[in-house]
Amino acid sequence: MPIQGWGRYPSVDARIDLPLTVSALAGQVAGGDGLIARGMGRSYGDSALAPHILGTRALSHLLAFDETRGLLRCAAGTTLAELLAVFVPRGWFLPVTPGTKFVTLGGAIASDVHGKNHHLDGCFSAFVESLVLVLGDGSRVACSRHERPELFHATCGGMGLTGVIVEAELRLRRVESAYIHQTTYKAANLEEALALFEAHHGTTYSVAWIDCLASGASLGRSLLMIGEHARDRQLVLSAGRPLSVPVDSPALLLNRYTMQAFNSLYYNRVRTAESRQRVSYDSFFYPLDGIHQWNRLYGRQGFLQYQFVVPKAAGLDGLRSILARIAESRRGSFLAVLKAFGPANANLLSFPVEGYTLALDFKRERGLFELLDELDERVLEQGGRLYLTKDARMSEATFKRSYPLWERLQAVREQYHARGTFTSLQARRLGLE
Amino acid sequence: MNEQRVLIVGATSAIAEATARRFAARGHSLYLLARNGERLESLAADLRVRGAARVFHAPFEANDLDAQEALLARVDSELGGIDQVLVAHGTLGDQKACEASVEATLQELNTNALSVIALLTRLANRFEAQRHGCIAVIGSVAGDRGRQSNYVYGTAKGALAIFLQGLRNRLAKSHVQVLTIKPGFVDTPMTAAFPKGPLWASPEKIAADIERAIERKRNVLYTPFFWWPIMAVIKSVPEMIFKRLSL
Repeated sequence: MPIQGWGRYPSVDARIDLPLTVSALAGQVAGGDGLIARGMGRSYGDSALAPHILGTRALSHLLAFDETRGLLRCAAGTTLAELLAVFVPRGWFLPVTPGTKFVTLGGAIASDVHGKNHHLDGCFSAFVESLVLVLGDGSRVACSRHERPELFHATCGGMGLTGVIVEAELRLRRVESAYIHQTTYKAANLEEALALFEAHHGTTYSVAWIDCLASGASLGRSLLMIGEHARDRQLVLSAGRPLSVPVDSPALLLNRYTMQAFNSLYYNRVRTAESRQRVSYDSFFYPLDGIHQWNRLYGRQGFLQYQFVVPKAAGLDGLRSILARIAESRRGSFLAVLKAFGPANANLLSFPVEGYTLALDFKRERGLFELLDELDERVLEQGGRLYLTKDARMSEATFKRSYPLWERLQAVREQYHARGTFTSLQARRLGLE
Repeated sequence: MNEQRVLIVGATSAIAEATARRFAARGHSLYLLARNGERLESLAADLRVRGAARVFHAPFEANDLDAQEALLARVDSELGGIDQVLVAHGTLGDQKACEASVEATLQELNTNALSVIALLTRLANRFEAQRHGCIAVIGSVAGDRGRQSNYVYGTAKGALAIFLQGLRNRLAKSHVQVLTIKPGFVDTPMTAAFPKGPLWASPEKIAADIERAIERKRNVLYTPFFWWPIMAVIKSVPEMIFKRLSL
C-alpha cells in the first residue's frame, strides 16, 4: 500500500506491520531487511519510508512513573499528545516539544526534535535518561550516556537507522499551569528580529513567525513570540474541537497572492510593538494541531519543508543572503518560522548548532528543486546544514559535507548489526547504506 | 462514581484497552484477562500509571470453557467482587476461509459466541444474586443483518445480541444493566489491513461512548451514533432486494 510522509512527497509502496508486543517486533526485525520504524508519520520527507515499515503505534503503554523525580518509563509508540493528556493535569509537562504533539516518543528521539526552548535547554534527547533498542539481529539492548554511550549518541537523532526504539525513560518538567504567558513583539526587519532574540535569551520559550515574502527594507519582518509557564494552578484546559481539512485543497488555492495577503494580514493584525496574552499550551505550542490534516492544504502534489540552520558566526549577513534569495523567488509560504538555537549536543546526527534556524514550506511545483539546490549551496557556504526530519531531496554530497560525523554513525551501525537491516529511502539517497 | 471493581475479558483488544484507560483515570480497580501475556503485563503497568486503584491480570483462553469457573472464583477473591464486566474478546475471522472450512466456521462461532455465552451464563447468576452492576458486551453492527462479506462473524454477534436481550429482560428486576455495544468500523490492529474511510472511528472514540452508555444505564449502544440510522436502513430493506445486493 502506498505510504507517504507528512509532506506527501515522495511515496513508497510498502508493507506495514503493526506489532502488538516488543517480542513480535523483534521477530519481524530478525527475519527482515530493508525496514524502518514509523510512528505517526510526521517526518516530512522520506526518512520513515522503506519497502517494509514497522509501525510502532500499538506499543503505547506507560510503564512506570516516579512522581518525585518526574521520571517516566514509556513504550516508544506513545504520542506526546497522549503524554500531555495524562501528565499536564498532574502538573508535569514535556521538557522539550516540537511544533506538533502528534509524534511518538520514539520519533521524537530518532529526530532528536527541538522546541522553542532550545536556546536554554537543548534537544529532546537531553531529557532522555535511557532507551531500549531492538537491534538488527532481533536482540534487545539498553543504552544511555553511561551504558553503550556510542549507541545512545548514534540513536538520538539517528533517524531510526541504528535499530527500533521500543522504550525510553524521559524526565518531565514540573509546571504549575496548563497556560502560558505569551508576549508578542513586532520586528520590522531581520536585524530587529535577531536583536529581539538576543534581548530575550533568558526567556524559556521564544520563536518568530517570519514573512518570507517581504523584501527590501522589510526583509525578515516578523512577530517574535516569547512565553513562560503561568503559575495559576489551572492545570486543566477547556476542551476545544479540532477542525479538519477533509479533502485535498485545489493546488491553485495557495498561490503567491493569497499567501502574500495572508502574511500581510497576519503581520498587521498585531497593532502594537508589544502585546501580552495568556494562552493554553495547545495554542502556544501546537497552533497547527488544531487543524487535522493541514498538509492537505497544499494539494495532491504535496509540499516540501525546508529547514536549515546557519551558525551564529554567519550571523545576520549569512541569514539575510539566504532569506533574500527566498523572497526573490516569491515561492515561500505563510508557514515560516525563525528560531535561535543554543549549543550543539554530542549526538552524531542531531541537527541544531548554535545559531539561527529557519523553516518554511514550499508547494511542490516546477522549478522548486532547482531553487532548493541553490539554497543548499548558500547554506553550506555559511557552514550550515539541513534538518533530516524535514528533508526529502538533499544530495549525498550536501549531507556528507554538512554532517561530518556520518562515518562514525556507519561504524556504530556496523558494530550493532544495523547495516543491511535498517534503511529508509532517505538513508539510501544520502549514502548511508 | 465510587471506585468500581471491573473485570475486563479480552483486555488487550484495542477497544478494551481504550476503555480500561478511562476506568483507570477514574481510579477503578481492574482485573484483566487476555491471551497475550506480554501485552497484558505491559497494559497492567500502563493502567497503574494512569491511576487505577488496583490492577490484576491472568491469562485467558476464550475456548477453554472448563477453566472459566475457577478463573471467576480467582477474580472474585482477588478483586473482592465484580461491579462491572466488559467482555471484549473476539476474532475477525476470514469469511472466505470459513466458507471453505467447517472447522474455521465453528472456531469463529465458538470464540465469538459460545465462549461469551458460557461466561455470561456464569456471570449472570452472580450479578442476579448481588442485585447490582453492569454487564457490557462488545457485539457488532455485523450482527444486525447477515451479509455475504462476513456472515459467519455476523452470526456469532447476532446470536450474542439475542442472548443479551433475553439476559437484559431477566436481570432488569435485579437492577443489573446489560449493555450491548455495537461498534461499526474501528481502526485497530485487528483491522490494520483494511483501507480506511470516513466511517472509521478510533478505539478512543468508541471507549468514550461506552463509558457514557454505562453511566446512563443504556441498553444498546451503536457507536459512533451514525450507525444507528445506517443499520435501521439496512435492516429495513426487504430480503427480496437485499439478497441481490453485494454487501
